[in-house]
Amino acid sequence: MTEKVKLLSHVEAINWNRIQDDKDVDVWNRLVNNFWLPEKVPLSNDVQSWNTLTPAEQQLTMRVFTGLTLLDTIQGTVGAVSLIPDALTPHEEAVYTNIAFMESVHAKSYSSIFSTLASTKEIDEAFRWSTENENLQKKAQIVMDYYQGDDPLKRKVASTLLESFLFYSGFYLPMYWSSRAKLTNTADLIRLIIRDEAVHGYYIGYKFQKGLERVSEEKRQEIKDYTFELLFELYENEVQYTHDLYDGVGLAEDVKKFLHYNANKALMNLGYEAMFPASVTDVNPAILSALSPNADENHDFFSGSGSSYVIGKAVNTEDEDWDF
Amino acid sequence: MDSSGPVPPVVTGSRLIYFSSASENTSRFVSKLGREVARIPLLAKEAPLLATRPFVLVVPTYGGTGGEGSVPKQVIRFLNNPQNRELLRGVIGAGNTNFGDNYCMAGDIIAAKCGVPHLYRFELMGTPEDVARVNNGLDTFWTRLSQTQK
Repeated sequence: MTEKVKLLSHVEAINWNRIQDDKDVDVWNRLVNNFWLPEKVPLSNDVQSWNTLTPAEQQLTMRVFTGLTLLDTIQGTVGAVSLIPDALTPHEEAVYTNIAFMESVHAKSYSSIFSTLASTKEIDEAFRWSTENENLQKKAQIVMDYYQGDDPLKRKVASTLLESFLFYSGFYLPMYWSSRAKLTNTADLIRLIIRDEAVHGYYIGYKFQKGLERVSEEKRQEIKDYTFELLFELYENEVQYTHDLYDGVGLAEDVKKFLHYNANKALMNLGYEAMFPASVTDVNPAILSALSPNADENHDFFSGSGSSYVIGKAVNTEDEDWDF
Repeated sequence: MDSSGPVPPVVTGSRLIYFSSASENTSRFVSKLGREVARIPLLAKEAPLLATRPFVLVVPTYGGTGGEGSVPKQVIRFLNNPQNRELLRGVIGAGNTNFGDNYCMAGDIIAAKCGVPHLYRFELMGTPEDVARVNNGLDTFWTRLSQTQK
């Protein structure tokens, strides 16, 4: 590549005692508190479970993880970094460096999984697959093109769609294994990645909306149209990629529901209404509960029998009572 | 503004009170309900909110590690007022399932602490189904509540 990397032309010493946007501090603190490393997850406890998978299931798992590795590599090396020159505040720049580093941690953590579970030959084979799979390469290329384009708002849209939508054809599989009590430590690690991606998508989507406030109504409409076009383009490719991966194990339809559900969330992170109707976002409850144990609607009073209308006695509360 | 003594509270008779950060996600959800609502102020220098009728609270969770810091400090300040706490009848949580165990945790904590039901959970700014379910649920909830207590 011969083009010059765009860098900030002017930098001042960052003063964290003078804040323009509280969200920068909130998200920085959240990211720092969420910090983790793959070495803390006892992946080797999954070796026995790994050996209960069929060769086809093992191969699928390896391929899914190399696909995720590619996305995390893009986001760490190009995506988050490409947002820095457009930042509205110096603290926003700092948050992107945090995001970029964490994406590199994610990318490396898949290699920890590989080295724990598979042979060098299998690892090399899976990485070779990732460079040869057309749909995986296409999704990487679509996003890369926008990162190199010259519209800051479009870069943020592409970045949010990557963080909040493109990962999920891959994230489905470890949640599926976890719901069947397989590779549970690997799933714990993936949940840490999923948590991070939610904060990243939320923050970049928030900054996108801040940027939208500064442009004309006409430009806003252009960006909205662009967002939905890009989502459709990525979605069609994602469906193909899902079939490439999951047809062999008969899970493609189930994965697609998970894609729709997450596409809606990606749009909401950008401040747009959900697009896919409830009839196609009914994610398998086992997958949802592998993601979040209290996500199923039986936990909600409105959805339950509503038999217990007991109103408890209100106790006195102080600030420090609220930390659990 | 001259800071001579505490700012007097803003009084509200709304049956739905919510908190939303600058992301405005919860605010967008609440506006889709089409109900009369009151917002807990974002900044400490703003006048605090004081409820005068029983209400349901909508509160987001921004993810986290364990429960620490799950309940936004503005909501804590609001609930530390005994009158507000006494009039609280239920809580609706907003969040993101990506946060795993901590999904809508602020709602769980408030429900446990104040002895009220966690009525519903939704993600980000909510889907049309969430809006319909919450509106139906609130109608039923207030009707039943009025039958069992005054």
